[in-house]
Amino acid sequence: MSFNWFKYSAPMNFYPLAGKLVPIFWLLALTLTGFGLYWGFFQTPDVLSEQKQYYRIIFVHVAASWMGMWLYAMMVFWGLVGLVFNTKLSFMMAKATSVTGAFMATIALVSGAVWGKVSWGTWWDWDPRLTMSLILLFLYIGYMALQSAIDDPRRADKASAVLALVGLAIVPVIYYSVNCPNPNECASLHQESSFKGVESNILLSMLVTALGFWMYSFAVILMRVRNVILAREINTKWVSELSDTNQ
Amino acid sequence: MKARQKRLIFVLLGVVAVVGASFLITKAMQGNLAYLYAPEAVLAGEVPTGKVIRLGGLVKEGSLQRSDTKLEARFVVTDNRGHEVTVVTNKILPDLFKEGKSSVSRGILKEGVFYAEEVLAKHDANYMPKEVTDILKKEHTPTTKTIGETK
Repeated sequence: MSFNWFKYSAPMNFYPLAGKLVPIFWLLALTLTGFGLYWGFFQTPDVLSEQKQYYRIIFVHVAASWMGMWLYAMMVFWGLVGLVFNTKLSFMMAKATSVTGAFMATIALVSGAVWGKVSWGTWWDWDPRLTMSLILLFLYIGYMALQSAIDDPRRADKASAVLALVGLAIVPVIYYSVNCPNPNECASLHQESSFKGVESNILLSMLVTALGFWMYSFAVILMRVRNVILAREINTKWVSELSDTNQ
Repeated sequence: MKARQKRLIFVLLGVVAVVGASFLITKAMQGNLAYLYAPEAVLAGEVPTGKVIRLGGLVKEGSLQRSDTKLEARFVVTDNRGHEVTVVTNKILPDLFKEGKSSVSRGILKEGVFYAEEVLAKHDANYMPKEVTDILKKEHTPTTKTIGETK
């Protein structure tokens, strides 16, 4: 018999599965992030052709920026699955993803500001990439605000899923604000993101750290979705049985 | 048609609309005017005078002059195609600010001179150790040294 995916679309069945996955993702997150950051901080060149030691903020900055964008796409994906199939769990996943996404977007902005102060000479400038990244954070905040502004969870889920979908337009814009086909046409303060000129140790430690951030995101999203499941299914039989056995 | 299929179509239409919006925003952001003016635009008179704008380009080699008595610095921003604008500033220049590298200045254009109240340095996406780029530079610059003569 093949693995039955639909079984786990029921919150009741997903709750214990998520509980089992959380420690695995935590382990992977700590190992990969720890290894990636050690590699990045201690096994990479100290002085680059242009930048000095401070370039090492890249390991946190790039990983967090990627997660900020990917988690937004993931949040929209779960929202859309929820809209089409009317599955409770996918809305809960979207809700759980939003907080981690906002967290990552914040880290990206703060680490970028510090890096920008040292290298460019300013904490902030209204460069296209920076402005769009700030809007992404506002979209996360807007999503969470809308979620909690509507009392009925089903309506809150649907409304915020639509809002998230509309905001998705910003993600490719963030990407193309520095990577457009003709670099002379879209000027920015932020450098283009290209792997071509990146030394292999720097690149690999950056990718390992990013993978670690993925695993961390999965871990905390699953933890949070377990809380959301409990909060929303509080009146069901299985939750009350669960609390009975735990007493 | 089942309700689920209807919803699927609505959602797909939504996705298409969002992709379209995204494409249009990206298009609108192309064109330097979204963020800064190039020296070419300044020389062509496309830049409003007396208004705070941004000027971007390469700092011309050998053009940076610092005052002995004041904080004032002057340099020329070029696009390497012959369009040049002189920038005057009395602000501290960032660490990465170097001749031959990109910079973005914010300020006011007055009588052909750009008075910057902020000068920022751009850096590229090259993350190569200094030694490697030094070697690459050496290999690419023609040398008059004879073979056997090492430093």
